[in-house]
Amino acid sequence: MSLDLILRVGTKLILPFILLFALYVQFHGDYGPGGGFQAGVIAGGMVILIGITFGLGPAKRVAPQRMVEAMVPLGVLIFAGTGVAGLLLGRNFLDYGVLGPDPVHAREFGILLVEIGVFVTVSGTMTSLFYAFVERGR
Amino acid sequence: MALLTMLAVVTVATARQRSLFGVVILFGIYSFLMASLLIALDAVDVAMTEAAVGAGISTVLLLATLHLTKTIEAPQIRRNWLPLLVVLVVGAALVWGTLSLPPFGIAETAVHQHVAPRYLAQSIAETGVPNVVTSVLADYRGYDTLGETTVIFTAGIGVLLLLRGLRRRDDIDRGGAP
Repeated sequence: MSLDLILRVGTKLILPFILLFALYVQFHGDYGPGGGFQAGVIAGGMVILIGITFGLGPAKRVAPQRMVEAMVPLGVLIFAGTGVAGLLLGRNFLDYGVLGPDPVHAREFGILLVEIGVFVTVSGTMTSLFYAFVERGR
Repeated sequence: MALLTMLAVVTVATARQRSLFGVVILFGIYSFLMASLLIALDAVDVAMTEAAVGAGISTVLLLATLHLTKTIEAPQIRRNWLPLLVVLVVGAALVWGTLSLPPFGIAETAVHQHVAPRYLAQSIAETGVPNVVTSVLADYRGYDTLGETTVIFTAGIGVLLLLRGLRRRDDIDRGGAP
């Protein structure tokens, strides 16, 4: 727990912008640089910044440990589930063309789902690794 | 060229640094230089990953690891020439391999002849996604990205199990609750 005033106030100021930037990178990845992986790392970094500045307790209030650990397999399930959905609808695995009435929009939608899956796994893994290291050091 | 020179300087400094804390910070600087280099090469997606993962997360995780171990590299007792020999031979082989690469930025190479032109031409028409990097990663090469995500999942679970498993054994050794 750091008592440095500048650090604490500065961190509080910057936190919402980090999360906003992560969401921007996530959902603007179709048009600009970025995607699920980068956004996941940035969002994980936000929780880690809370952990470094304010200690493990506040970080776990923002992102509970059970939640981030459940996110690790959940993202892979979202990704693979999107693939299986294509399989169930009579096409190849990971063929998103049947997820909607119009194949182009369906593929765009499939990409969105898959990127969310990547985001969930990456941010969950980064955060739970940080938690595990910090707890081990106690 | 300036970036490459700085990369070389940081690499030498990392190798000569004895304090592991300094090494971690130098790794962070190295990653930022690498990200700048990738931006200069117009690979913005990769540069973003390098800056976020290389300079951000891995620096934090390495510092967390330092917290668990000693922060000074153990002094070497005797000189061992075999690793130097291996490094020199492998490095020479890599440099020798670059000699037969096609010239930088040439369009008529094998990678640009196979499926890449089709992806570039059809991406917007087929997927509605203007950023070809995203459409290739998530759609055309979805299998690879699924594999990548599974790698992250497996690595994360592995490290978590290692750290947790050790703690549980410590608890039992101390006679605490398992």
